[in-house]
Amino acid sequence: MGRKLLLEHINEPGIQTFEVYRKKGGYASVEKALKTMKPDDVTEEVKKSGLRGRGGAGFPTGMKWSFIDKKSEKPRYLVCNADESEPGTFKDRYLMEKIPHALIEGMITSSYALGAKTSYIYIRGEYMYVAMILEKAIEEAYAKGFLGKNILGTDYSLDLYVHAGAGAYICGEETALLESLEGKRGNPRLKPPFPAVAGLYACPTVVNNVETIAAVVPIVNMGGDEYSKIGVGKSTGTKLISASGHINKPGVYEIELGVPVEEFIYSEEYCGGIWKGRKLKAVIAGGSSVPILPTDLILKTAKGEPRLMTYESLADGGFATGTMLGSGGFIVLDETASVVENLYTFARFYHHESCGQCSPCREGTGWMEKILHRFRDGHAKKEDIDLLWDVQRKIEGNTICPLGDAAAWPVASAIRHFRKEFEEAVMNSLELAHV
Amino acid sequence: MAKLTIDGIEVEVPDGTTILNAARQIGGKIVPPAMCYYSSLKETGGKCRVCLVKVAQGSAKDPRPMPKLVASCRTPVADGMVVQNITSPDVLEARKGVVEMLLINHPLDCPICDQAGECDLQNLSYEHGLSTSRYEFERRTFEKIDIGDKIKLHMTRCILCYRCVFVANQLTKERVHGVLDRGDRAEISTYIQKAVDNDFSGNMIDVCPVGALTDRTFRFKSRVWFTKPMDAHRNCSKCSGKVVLWMKGDDVLRVTGRKDQHGEVKEFICNECRFEHKNINDWTVEGPRHIDHHSVISQNHYEKIDLIKLKKEVERQLEFQSGKKHLTEGNGLTQTDNHENNQG
Ligand SMILES: Cc1cc2nc3c(=O)[nH]c(=O)nc-3n(C[C@H](O)[C@H](O)[C@H](O)COP(=O)(O)O)c2cc1C
Ligand code: SF4
Ligand code: FES
Repeated sequence: MGRKLLLEHINEPGIQTFEVYRKKGGYASVEKALKTMKPDDVTEEVKKSGLRGRGGAGFPTGMKWSFIDKKSEKPRYLVCNADESEPGTFKDRYLMEKIPHALIEGMITSSYALGAKTSYIYIRGEYMYVAMILEKAIEEAYAKGFLGKNILGTDYSLDLYVHAGAGAYICGEETALLESLEGKRGNPRLKPPFPAVAGLYACPTVVNNVETIAAVVPIVNMGGDEYSKIGVGKSTGTKLISASGHINKPGVYEIELGVPVEEFIYSEEYCGGIWKGRKLKAVIAGGSSVPILPTDLILKTAKGEPRLMTYESLADGGFATGTMLGSGGFIVLDETASVVENLYTFARFYHHESCGQCSPCREGTGWMEKILHRFRDGHAKKEDIDLLWDVQRKIEGNTICPLGDAAAWPVASAIRHFRKEFEEAVMNSLELAHV
Repeated sequence: MAKLTIDGIEVEVPDGTTILNAARQIGGKIVPPAMCYYSSLKETGGKCRVCLVKVAQGSAKDPRPMPKLVASCRTPVADGMVVQNITSPDVLEARKGVVEMLLINHPLDCPICDQAGECDLQNLSYEHGLSTSRYEFERRTFEKIDIGDKIKLHMTRCILCYRCVFVANQLTKERVHGVLDRGDRAEISTYIQKAVDNDFSGNMIDVCPVGALTDRTFRFKSRVWFTKPMDAHRNCSKCSGKVVLWMKGDDVLRVTGRKDQHGEVKEFICNECRFEHKNINDWTVEGPRHIDHHSVISQNHYEKIDLIKLKKEVERQLEFQSGKKHLTEGNGLTQTDNHENNQG
């Protein structure tokens, strides 16, 4: 059994409440940090831990924190990204719903490290009931003196707010999130400046994913060095994986980074193998935007080494033969699934969610959806495969924010690894045309 | 100051200058096109992506290339930077892609669009577009709406450059229009079709790079290339009063701000000058305006064109206007494939 740092007490009855959470050792990191550590010491521990952002890009969290402009006279903010809208990703919801105080505790400890006096949790509008759970937890924390003025009798004070979005994937992009939080249209900003210099209300800001912030709790409790011993290489600690698709046991699993992909799919501890005794066809390992890989490449790298659930191993081979850990949305397709059909669903999503600011993404995502619709409905032409390839290429790398890339990568990888399926769809179209 | 090269040409500019403005200082063919950036409006740019360039060397200190193409209108220069625009096949390829994207949902209704002849998208397509479209689906359309009694909004033509939103933010007291919805359904609109009514709202028309916002007092009065641009001014308490009158004979058909060689107005004008003074006697006329921009209105352009052909074209147009002939019957300058003669 792998070690559990975030979900250890998840099945404890009443763990949603302050009382039970506290009894199980909750809020120890706040006590330790506020009473025995300087803010920079906390950042130092996070650096030592090797923790990398769990929101998708995997940027080292300690480094991100150290970029925050502490010389500026302006207030500093910590904003938690709870927008979780990437198809296939549902781990943040699980954590917030089941054990909300883990996030609240992480927010307090992290805000202390950054010197933030006001912090926000930006949650997607569809998670309204989760927002209510968080509100309740925050209320309890205020009542117990863990939030508000002079926390635990120290001079540190913090206010924490939950802000619900209106249901837009793009508001998960950190600068669009900040715009939305400011009450504006959720369009991503042009960077630089980065949020560490000019974020919320043009003040120094750190935006971190729910799971990243929750992971600060065990890091402070056990020490950064100890945390960094879990995992493999630069992929340290544990990671929540949202497993879905054609597996026997879909759900959220906390893994120690470094578990072999094969073990993750087939062991009873995790996914429990492919359902209905079928064979594995493909995996989208890190949420809808990362490249899809066929069985042989997801289980082993192109070099023939077993692929591990780590940032590095999944990325081995670049986009030619590798993929990304991303947000940990692990989507499994069995042998009967249609890659084209699946891709169409993704393309429709990205088309729907593009903010429309920049031309390649605004126009290109819709174009890709329409072409894929033809494949799906049996009137695609042979040239459409190359056209689709060309359209995604014209989007990738040419946009303001990575949503354009996120829309292009699944298309590129599906054509790269499953071109035959597109060709078959064309053949079917021809047959249909003859009927 | 920072020294950099753009397509091999060296230029020195103050720190903080953008690559685009450095290129404009050099001038000529190496200047990237710009559809959303507007130098006299703060925070514009970065959206349309036609100005993408390659930074082959970041700076003297850090010579690494930038990993992606960058929007030259929003990327500041650095000392020792090496920029490639028209010398980079990647840039030209990407730009062709952007132009194609801008056109797939554009109605291409130039023959009936007031902007034709002074349209940035039209010019851009001539230079970078494909001769046919690879887009085989129904184009997105919107209803035309009147936003106030002076401005027509033809959203179907809009490329979402956001310039008019910045005009409203920066020149008027209160912005009453903006972008609604998202993605390719995003539209410029007023909330519940409220009228845009403000002393400076007319500038939205001038900054619009396409025919999405047009002057209702000028709509369908004339093709712009049949009008004569004259610099003129009047004493105005609200603005500089410096305008261009677009004349036919002695009639003032339209009043606009003065656009520079990049098609940008530096001194915005008020609605009174724009809409209320269509009498030549209201103005002190300074003389013909030199239109530097490479559109068909430009005198330079006409000079290079075969005059006999031009005369024929004018006669042909007159036939269409008088209703003797239908547009589809024609095959004139605008439809010829021989662009050699058209290049100004
Ligand atoms: C289109 C788009 C959507 C995103 N959605 C989310 C999201 O829902 N949750 C999240 O944590 N990060 C999301 N991100 C990543 C954020 O921009 C940002 O990198 C992240 O919140 C940083 O947190 P981390 O360093 O803790 O991972 C998204 C990025 C893009 C481009
Ligand atoms: S890439 Fe798409 S989502 Fe991102 S800014 Fe551009 S249009 Fe908006
Ligand atoms: S002009 Fe630079 S992106 Fe539009």
